[in-house]
Amino acid sequence: MSTTDFTALTPLLVMTGALVITMLVVSFHRNHFLTASLTFLGLGAALGSLNMAASVAPRQVTPLLIVDSFALFYGGLVILTALAVVVLSYGYFEKHECLREELYLLLLVSTLGSVALTMSSHFVSFFLGLEVLSIGLYTMVAYLRGARLSLEAGIKYLILAAASAAFLIFGMALIYAALGSMDFGAMAAKLAGGADLPRALLLPGLALFVAGIGFKLAVVPFHMWTPDIYEGAPAPVTAFVATVSKGAMFALLLRYFYQTQQNTGAVFLGLSLIAVASMFAGNLLALLQENVKRILAYSSIAHLGYLLVAFLTGGEAGVQAATFYLVAYIVTILGALGIVALLSNGTRDADRLEDYRGLFWRQPLLAGIFTAMLLSLAGIPLTGGFLGKFYIVAAGVSARQWGLVFVLVLTSAIGLFYYLRILVTMYSRPTEAAGESLAYRAPPSTTGSLLLAGLTMLLVWLGVYPSPMLHVIAMMTAALGS
Amino acid sequence: MILLWLILILLAAGLLSWLTARWSHSLPRWITLLAVSLDLILGLMLWNRHTDLLTSSAVGGWFEQASWDWIPEFGIRFQLALDGLSLILVILTLFLGIIAVLASWTEIQEEVGFFHFNLNWILAGITSVFLAVDLFLFYFAWELMLIPMYFLIAMWGHERRVYAAIKFFIFTQLSGLLMLLAILGLYFAHHANTGVYTFSYSDLLGTALDPGLARWLMLGFFIAFAVKLPMFPFHTWLPDAHTEAPTAGSVILAGLLLKTGGYGLLRFVLPLFPEASREFAPIAMALAVTGILYGAVMAFAQTDFKRLVAYSSVSHLGFVLLGVFSWNEWALQGALMQMVCHGVSTGGLFFVAGALQHRMHTRELGRMGGLWSTIPVMSGAGLFFIMASLGLPGLGNFVAEFLVLIGAFRVDVTLASLATVGILVGTIYGLKLMQQAFHGPNVHDWKLRDLSFREIVLVAMMAVALIWLGLYPQPVLDAFVPAMRGLQQASALERTL
Repeated sequence: MSTTDFTALTPLLVMTGALVITMLVVSFHRNHFLTASLTFLGLGAALGSLNMAASVAPRQVTPLLIVDSFALFYGGLVILTALAVVVLSYGYFEKHECLREELYLLLLVSTLGSVALTMSSHFVSFFLGLEVLSIGLYTMVAYLRGARLSLEAGIKYLILAAASAAFLIFGMALIYAALGSMDFGAMAAKLAGGADLPRALLLPGLALFVAGIGFKLAVVPFHMWTPDIYEGAPAPVTAFVATVSKGAMFALLLRYFYQTQQNTGAVFLGLSLIAVASMFAGNLLALLQENVKRILAYSSIAHLGYLLVAFLTGGEAGVQAATFYLVAYIVTILGALGIVALLSNGTRDADRLEDYRGLFWRQPLLAGIFTAMLLSLAGIPLTGGFLGKFYIVAAGVSARQWGLVFVLVLTSAIGLFYYLRILVTMYSRPTEAAGESLAYRAPPSTTGSLLLAGLTMLLVWLGVYPSPMLHVIAMMTAALGS
Repeated sequence: MILLWLILILLAAGLLSWLTARWSHSLPRWITLLAVSLDLILGLMLWNRHTDLLTSSAVGGWFEQASWDWIPEFGIRFQLALDGLSLILVILTLFLGIIAVLASWTEIQEEVGFFHFNLNWILAGITSVFLAVDLFLFYFAWELMLIPMYFLIAMWGHERRVYAAIKFFIFTQLSGLLMLLAILGLYFAHHANTGVYTFSYSDLLGTALDPGLARWLMLGFFIAFAVKLPMFPFHTWLPDAHTEAPTAGSVILAGLLLKTGGYGLLRFVLPLFPEASREFAPIAMALAVTGILYGAVMAFAQTDFKRLVAYSSVSHLGFVLLGVFSWNEWALQGALMQMVCHGVSTGGLFFVAGALQHRMHTRELGRMGGLWSTIPVMSGAGLFFIMASLGLPGLGNFVAEFLVLIGAFRVDVTLASLATVGILVGTIYGLKLMQQAFHGPNVHDWKLRDLSFREIVLVAMMAVALIWLGLYPQPVLDAFVPAMRGLQQASALERTL
């Protein structure tokens, strides 16, 4: 490996370094603020080092990793999101009596794995990245050892994730048997040139592969874990699962299928069915929930369905639409779960619908932020969610995927109902019994409020003046094609 | 530039009212009143400045335009333009905006700042809808006016406000999304023909379309506007929303939001998809007449003051649909007049209903009766607006319905005759409302406070407008005719594939 290779990998190296330093500091001196700050600085440095990596991009580092503008964009997205989660976690775990410092180590590990995922161009690095991400997550989900729900969620996630990893690796093995390569580029060449590929191996392989990815993305029928994990995990961890883990996995999905162009024929049909089922199941099941975290869990299933629609329209427009939507979605869901984290206290998370009754009358600012987030999820103008949905529908119409687009339109109208339900609760007048709900606590932490206000502004900026972001995304996808 | 100011002033006033509410409850009211009045003056100035262009021989043409780049990646521009049609509707918007502020002056006591924020933003949204000539911007504004309306109903409405607000929102949002699909379909079809990505209305006019596709796209637009109008059978959100909304909400819903549907039909459906609309016209006209009769019969059966007026709106707006799809000069002029006059007269009726509810805490006609003896001025106002609404000659609505009927008669005699029956039933339910609410003995011994000075001013403003529209509608028609000829010409454009 040459110096240039190391330059290209600086983001990963910086994060590994930050991880080691933080670990050493924690073992000598336990201090929540210090640990959180070190993590924040480490991630910040990694974000800065993306610039350095960009100076040598695009560069293939060993057959495993590729540092191109796509990887840099998604890597940057993942790191920025992790930074926001660190801020949320600090405020959240301050209120809890437990050993708080290890969470940040786990968070760094998982972020490292996610960034590796966005860079991988080979099955081996894909699997490695995925496992590094998952191992951190198992513990993070179960981090509040005292809480039964959190433990249950952790175990559930561990077992299901392990099973899905087994599916994934079996799928990879079958694809390898069929194509004789684990490198995306080589596979693409083989697929493009090969006349007589053993489809009996390839198709089942792809099916298992998609099942493994589908689990991490939580799309139907691999979504069963989502509501329980969303509900059980501490709110900032839920935010991490919903954004970093899914975002990195989606980046890999985009890269793999964009390079190998395998999403045609039966695979296209299968993915379409998954998308349609996710949109319907997510939106319909969310109607039945009484718990805000569970509502967001089901809504995330639906939103991943929308993302798949963008992905299925194919081509550059599809990748761009999906990326824009993902950016808007990450900002939104960070904000929404950020509100939950901010309102939670040391005993339980503010996840009951009742906790939000009359929030507007007590904490208008937080209610306003939550309103913006919910409207964005529902796809209402002035928010990034609206433009994202517009972009997806436009991509779908231009690819003449009328069926998928109709399902999207219909299910998002169903989805309005449960977003409005939360809104109505927030704006209704407080009742007598609401005295014990969590909305009446003292004002939330300043850093958390600042972060959320920033996210809201970002959301409106994406919704009103998206040109800069569209420009960046266009440059990024152009590099993906070359 | 002045067009942008019309919108910006309202948006800024909205934010300002929200911020100042913490110091005083009357500040937001005055700020809103001032902003809307200022806008109205600007609008009237525009009218005055362009009287020379409004000669009856002119055809089409925008007399104010403004355009900025917005999202060049998609060919989206922030493009506003004003012609006679937009001008009249914008002035109606601002006029009823003033009425809405005055009508809620004492009714709203909670969260005054947020209420006026919503009020301003609805007005800004509606104004943008009437001014937007970029289809993306149009859709943006179309969606944007829903959120504050939703809050207005859900937060300050009556007993079943949450149900009504959600129903209203989901109906309009779903139909709006269908329109978005149609807009995008048109956008890509235009790109396929010319290689240019644009949402600009004037560029998309005359896009050659495959007849099958044109039919579907036309339906997408049509459904969105038909839900807003509302057309039978998509009207079911309306009685709930109108009844549960606070007075200002009802005035804006009935007076303005419904008009955006009529405006959309006039501006987009027929000019963009002339052949498809011509094919569809018999169905649309039949649905219009069904709506006229159904709305009238349902109105007769109501026992709730506001619900009765709400159903009468379904009936009256049927005339707009009938007029638009007759697509000749009389009918179109009638449709526009109907939009304006219905806005004012129904706004007046909702004001009376709101004032009664504020004093009596009921809307039930059964609990009223004989009110003339205790509140003669308000009863007189009620009588006036009921007479206007049932089409008394000399008042605006008569001119409107008369013109629509003449126009429709030349297209389809049977439908026009049936629509005439609707007017007859309208007289019956109008008189029934008058009889049950205001006439007869005061059996419940109501002793109520009559209209205050503010309310009398408000009623007088609307009454003068209706009399003016009834006796001398020429200025409004003159302003509309060039725009109307432009629309008719656009729909007659040769489209070669």
